Amino acid sequence: MIPFEPIRLFAFGGFNVPIVISLLIIGGGMLWLLIRSLKAKEVDRRIVFVFIFAAVSAPLLFEITFDETATPIVKGVFEKIENMPERSRIVIAFDFDPAMAPEVQPMANAVIRHALAKNHRLIFISLWATGQALMDKTISEIIPAEFPQKQDGIDYVSLGYKAGNEGVLNVIVSNVKKMFPTDVNGVPLTDIAIFNGVRSMKDVDMVMAVGGGKPGPKEWVLFVGDAPGGPPVAVGVAAVVAPQMYPYYPKQVLGILGGIKGAAEYESELLHNYPRFAEQDTPGLRMMGPQTLAHVVIMAFIIFGNLAFFIGGRHKEKRL
Amino acid sequence: MPPAIVNFIAGQVGVQQLVVSGTSTTAQTPPSHPRAAFLVLLIIISFTISAIAQEPADTAAFDLPDERPAPPTSVVVTDFKYDAGNRVDITWVPSIDDQPELTLVDGYTVYRSANGGDYKLLDSLLPGISMYEDEEVTPDSVYTYYVATMSGKDTVQSVVTQEIRPEWELVNFDLAWLFVIAVIISGSIVWFIWRARAGADLFVRKIAGLDAVDEAIGRATEMGRPILFIPGILDMDDVQTIAGLTILGRVAKQIADYDTRIRMPVSRSLVMTAARETIKASYQVAGRPDAYSDDMVSYVTDEQFGYVAAVDGIMVREKPATIFLLGAFFAESLILAETGNSIGAIQIAGTARPAQLPFFIAACDFTLIGEELFAASAYLSGEPKQLGSLKGQDVGKGIAMLAIILGMVAVTMATAFEIDFFQMIADGLNQVFSTKAE
Amino acid sequence: MRRQVPLFITFFVGTLLIVSVFIPPMENLGEDFTLFFDIIAVFAFFLGGGNLLRVHLTKLYRKSPDWGFSVVTVVGFFLMLAAGLFKIGNPGDISASVTAEGSMFQTMFNNVVLPLQSTMYALLAFFIASASYRAFRAKNREATILLVAAFIILLGRTPFGMMLTAWIPDSWSVLQVPNLAIWIMNSPNLAGQRAILIGIGLGVVSMSLRIILGIERTYLGDDR
Repeated sequence: MIPFEPIRLFAFGGFNVPIVISLLIIGGGMLWLLIRSLKAKEVDRRIVFVFIFAAVSAPLLFEITFDETATPIVKGVFEKIENMPERSRIVIAFDFDPAMAPEVQPMANAVIRHALAKNHRLIFISLWATGQALMDKTISEIIPAEFPQKQDGIDYVSLGYKAGNEGVLNVIVSNVKKMFPTDVNGVPLTDIAIFNGVRSMKDVDMVMAVGGGKPGPKEWVLFVGDAPGGPPVAVGVAAVVAPQMYPYYPKQVLGILGGIKGAAEYESELLHNYPRFAEQDTPGLRMMGPQTLAHVVIMAFIIFGNLAFFIGGRHKEKRL
Repeated sequence: MPPAIVNFIAGQVGVQQLVVSGTSTTAQTPPSHPRAAFLVLLIIISFTISAIAQEPADTAAFDLPDERPAPPTSVVVTDFKYDAGNRVDITWVPSIDDQPELTLVDGYTVYRSANGGDYKLLDSLLPGISMYEDEEVTPDSVYTYYVATMSGKDTVQSVVTQEIRPEWELVNFDLAWLFVIAVIISGSIVWFIWRARAGADLFVRKIAGLDAVDEAIGRATEMGRPILFIPGILDMDDVQTIAGLTILGRVAKQIADYDTRIRMPVSRSLVMTAARETIKASYQVAGRPDAYSDDMVSYVTDEQFGYVAAVDGIMVREKPATIFLLGAFFAESLILAETGNSIGAIQIAGTARPAQLPFFIAACDFTLIGEELFAASAYLSGEPKQLGSLKGQDVGKGIAMLAIILGMVAVTMATAFEIDFFQMIADGLNQVFSTKAE
Repeated sequence: MRRQVPLFITFFVGTLLIVSVFIPPMENLGEDFTLFFDIIAVFAFFLGGGNLLRVHLTKLYRKSPDWGFSVVTVVGFFLMLAAGLFKIGNPGDISASVTAEGSMFQTMFNNVVLPLQSTMYALLAFFIASASYRAFRAKNREATILLVAAFIILLGRTPFGMMLTAWIPDSWSVLQVPNLAIWIMNSPNLAGQRAILIGIGLGVVSMSLRIILGIERTYLGDDR
């Protein structure tokens, strides 16, 4: 594996020979096809395949990323974390398993980085048995390396996994200690500074529920966010689940991070506001690269197809 | 028997809350022994008397000094209606100590005794829960239950419920509406079949994809190339596969007439045997049983993408002139259809999986959308009684349209103007069209 | 007789399973029949596997064109069969799971079958492009609507969608391309899908009735 420097077009500039060459080839080829289409020539499907191959592989090989602009639905989450007073308490729910992780883990990472950079306090919870390991891994990978001054129990705490699905939410919405008498290391909640003055989920300032199954973000909205006096809830979900969450926006959820695109938008917003994260991996933006370029190529081909179709006068022909 | 009396008395006296506080023990089994029961009865009576004497009863006075929580009260077991006698529901009022701001209660445990035997732990539940469904019962046994409050290692148990023998019912009346709708729709289909048989003239709209079948088979014959028939990748228990095979029956007869070659790689063994029977019979009807060969249908693999690779290979090597893709398709739909398109075959596709329809529409010449796949065989047969069944479906569509419009208006009016009458209609529709029996 | 018996079985079982929905003591009947089907399907696999071998061994014997592929098929078939049947390289004894980590079966699955599956699946990206190129043309009114909707959704999935329409004020944010894409997916698209699903449901009822009543018997090979 050859390590390439991540280079972001448009927003962060940069000059890299392989990228310039690959984009020249794709762009030049597209121009050639456009001229051909203007002469009403159809493109052979194998040429389409070559362009798709280039569009998908170039961003993977050379880490070309595109600058995403956050949509209001993602910005809602970002701005909430940005504008809350320092030391606010944010619950991060890890309700997913390794199979779902590639899609939703980038969201959790971006939100954790953002919140810690804003000097907020984090409370980690998982309703999925498989979520706890991912949570431990995330904490141990991000916090000591990037935020060495943050302390367990003061700046963040992991409550671990609790069985009982939405029943757990039903209880912690009025009493955290009843479900989690101690944190994941066995320290009683009464001895943990973050929980000073926190009896229930109503006493935290925000919930960021990341997941995509049941129980998951939807249950956090229904059982915690919608409870009288419940905290504002933001959700990060797999792309296939996102449409099910839209009806709750904007009244019941602050915002929705849907799939890789949602993660990429958040990462982009984070990079704009916090240049210190420029060196961190941004899997959302990275995975959006091939998707974006492939979409652009397909759109270009649709335009070529219609050009050739109309200029060639075939639209006047009778078709089957 | 004795626990039932305890419960009965407790219920009658109406001060269960207090009574039960008195019976709390740390034992795992409730008093099933007659002598113990008698003792408990005595205690109950004494507490009851003292409770009445101390009116107004102050519950705090009964909090034990060692902070033991109160047990759940009003524990009631009821038979679940409309089942095969395999479910009872246990409900209770949570312990008075089960308050959001207190941490005394850790949850509840449910215990069951069958036919007067020992009590066994069924499940542990979270605080705040007040119901348990026991689905492991039979009508042959008599059961009693009790529920205990958990607090650390300590449990405080409730009184024992009355005996219950689960009952079974012959008819599930919760599904009455489903039955009515089923009868209306099936009835109208049967009625139209009957009318068509009697000679009524029924209009069925043209389906372009099916009108093209003749032409597609003729083309393969002229070009001297085979016809490829793909019945989807699911087994014979999927109705889409059966629909594919019914069309195969019609197509195979014509193929036999024209003496065209048919190639049918399948991904399920049972589909292979069924398809062979179908084609063989069609050849017999066409009067050419000798032209039939088992090699027309071959099994490839159950593995989704392995099958796709094999079929794509057949397409590229043998270049069929006509391809039928009729059945259940998943991610392979576009891979198959695009390969077929690239070799210039006429493609007639059909599936009832909405997610795959766009791919077929983009890559095939004709696509049977959803219900058209099921209607195809009837349409191709041209028999009045088959066409009648298609007409019957329209009654179902009428009901659906009416219900959608009515529901839309009712919900809009009910939420926008808070008119009770419309709320009533909305609730009524909900009740009629929800199949989940509650 | 050859027709009457299957028709009677179909009628009897079909009616029984419909009625069983409303009769609580029979509520598990549908599940049981599905199990019976699975058991029968397992035995039928011997027919399928046998057919596969027969076809390819015949090809080899006759040295038909492309017989090299048949060698791969037959060798692969027996290799995987042997690995699973004799649990070659399984950690632990014969009672260990056939898919245990480290077994030859699992190793072959992870290193041969899975990459091959992914490769076939990845073809979709190419085929979607070539199909879109051909299909999305403004041939008529319907095709133009399809083209415009497809273009909006494609654009909404890229950063350019937001860039192009970021100037639209938030009170009209539904007109921003990404939101418009979401609206197309959630409203017109979902409505159409539901309509198709209702039609499918009724189509299944009608077809099932034809089969149960014995009007549709083409699948039995009867075509009069």
